[in-house]
Amino acid sequence: MKTLADLEKIKNKTLDKMNIRADREEGIRIVVGMATCGIAAGARPVLNAVSDEVSKRNLKNVVVSQTGCIGVCRLEPIMEVYAPGKDKVTYVKMDAEKAVKVVAEHIVNNRPIKEYTIGEADK
Amino acid sequence: MNLVRSHVLVCGGTDLSSSESEKIITEFDVRLKNAGLENEVSVVRADSSDLCASGLVVIVYPEGAFYNVTKPDDVKEIVEEHLVKGKIVKRLLCDESAEAGSDVKPLSEIEFYKKQLRIALKNCGIIDPENIDEYIAFDGYKALGKVLTEMTPEQVIEEMKKSGLRGRGGAGFPTAIKWEFAAKQPKGVKYVCCNADEGDPGAFMDRSVLEGDPHSVIEAMAIAAYAIGSEQGYIYIRAEYPVAVKRLQIAINQAKEYGLLGKGIFGTDFNFDLEIRLGAGAFVCGEETALMTSIEGRRGEPRPRPPFPAVKGLWGVPTILNNVETYANVPQIILKGAEWFASIGTEKSKGTKVFALGGKIKNTGLVEVPMGTTLREIVEEIGGGIPNGKKYKAAQIGGPSGGCIPAELIDTPIDYDSLLSIGAMMGSGGLIVIDEDSCMVDIAKFFLDFTVDESCGKCAPCRIGTKRMLEILERITSGKGTVADIENLKDLAEGIKSSALCGLGQTAPNPVLSTLRYFEDEYMAHVVEKRCPAGVCKDLLQYTISKDKCKGCNICAKNCPVSAISGELKKPFVIDPDICIKCGVCEGKCPFKAISRK
Repeated sequence: MKTLADLEKIKNKTLDKMNIRADREEGIRIVVGMATCGIAAGARPVLNAVSDEVSKRNLKNVVVSQTGCIGVCRLEPIMEVYAPGKDKVTYVKMDAEKAVKVVAEHIVNNRPIKEYTIGEADK
Repeated sequence: MNLVRSHVLVCGGTDLSSSESEKIITEFDVRLKNAGLENEVSVVRADSSDLCASGLVVIVYPEGAFYNVTKPDDVKEIVEEHLVKGKIVKRLLCDESAEAGSDVKPLSEIEFYKKQLRIALKNCGIIDPENIDEYIAFDGYKALGKVLTEMTPEQVIEEMKKSGLRGRGGAGFPTAIKWEFAAKQPKGVKYVCCNADEGDPGAFMDRSVLEGDPHSVIEAMAIAAYAIGSEQGYIYIRAEYPVAVKRLQIAINQAKEYGLLGKGIFGTDFNFDLEIRLGAGAFVCGEETALMTSIEGRRGEPRPRPPFPAVKGLWGVPTILNNVETYANVPQIILKGAEWFASIGTEKSKGTKVFALGGKIKNTGLVEVPMGTTLREIVEEIGGGIPNGKKYKAAQIGGPSGGCIPAELIDTPIDYDSLLSIGAMMGSGGLIVIDEDSCMVDIAKFFLDFTVDESCGKCAPCRIGTKRMLEILERITSGKGTVADIENLKDLAEGIKSSALCGLGQTAPNPVLSTLRYFEDEYMAHVVEKRCPAGVCKDLLQYTISKDKCKGCNICAKNCPVSAISGELKKPFVIDPDICIKCGVCEGKCPFKAISRK
């Protein structure tokens, strides 16, 4: 790494890999909050379940990643889905079973499970 | 037997004849043969499914995609896109699923996020903290590149000055001034340190930054090093943050691998290296001079200032020490400009502040708001108010060094100077909400108990003074206090404030002074009436059973862990105050609300 241009190259390459560009046509990114608050609430089994399910179902172009704390620690474990052309969907109070369901319903069949989302958390 | 990689299930819909599903199956067979997949994909006919009201349902496994198929062309698309390329055909998914998700509330519309502005936490919750590429993808290390290739150290300090950034660790000293002092010292060995020894009870801002975005701190420290002419940095972090330590170490290793730490960064002659130093978790080691003493490998005790660390710090050479959150703001200031940063916040407090919101509040968590946001906005709008319909009593801001903000001041804007003027302080960002069920004397006692425990013992005012204050508070909460005790408490507090050696001691009396300032009536109730208005201080409590309400059901007596309750069935029961340990179990168990605490 010697110049700002080198940084730019990594940036562009990674943005594609991350499935996070707003203008992309396909590619889904799933992140699980893995800060101390998330881990304490049980994020590790959630992350494992998502990764397993994605590989079991042989889903292409789905990136599963860990991330830090997004703030609403009381609703951990939190899992977010970034699908192209849509607002990201934030799932809260996840467990392995719910996470598997999200993969089947939301990722494969494109039907977000509204009852698990943050907007429904207190209803 | 051949192993198939995919199964296609064709299910007849309710209003479709089986001949139509046969047609679709035939179509699949033909298309699969054309694609050369006939041995890899098996097509199975299944019984009717009630998933889609009309049309034919085709389910493709292992993905489990549910398709609604109406014409042979749909089959062609499923075979070519899904089975050959592995792409799910969104257009054909059941349930008009493209629209199905549109009523899911996006995060930005959740009340908790509406008033927040994320600068220090910009990448937290978005990037993978263990992958430097993802940090770079969000313009990471671009600020360092810009500084090294386009700016002089003087320009960096000038930019920081214009931004108005003040230290986020608590005291709010202007960051640029600190850097300037160190930069003006004669050339030679200088150090850049990061204070990640977050010790306030209930505070976890720095931990979250380090766990979610460790590279932002590394990048900022390199920028600071360039500005003051240093080649070595230390991050002092407590060992009880294992996840943060691990991610930080991974981040440092990755930065070294990319040449973003080390020799000749960005092809310039600037060298910078970074090491982690683990602290054992002593609160005093968050004090800058004690922290540096601890890095040097000695017992973490503070020393008098001046000389300030910028002149004589770690191993006696000029050193700057900034807090994690302060650093996390730096790359953004360089990238977006000082004017942008200075446009956020109030006149004297620029930018945002991260708070760890805790205590009696619905939305416990981490929030970042522009300076000048009122406490009411944080508690009621972002925090979602107080659970169980209880009333707000106060908020303790700044942990054991800070003070409380009572209900009548809830509209105070949160910035350094407004908080000081009401006897509180910004502190590092712990914000604990207290409701009407908490006793303010007890809260003051809690914090003092903490500082007594954490006092390093080097100077007498802190070591002895805080201990005496705690003893007085214990007297008051046990009903043995006098009015004179309150005066003594004030005297002692002022004495310690003006004579203790370091920030820990000087601020230790703050919780007492500020609760006395706003809740003196509660202290008086304890000493004069021997009563705890909130019903917390056990020694001042008495549980009694109302003769009129008690039905003599015996539930309280059965649940009492010390058998303090006796009586005859169907007649009022009584509590023996000499045996009662005031655990409150009976109060919760009584179905007739006959037991009260006074």
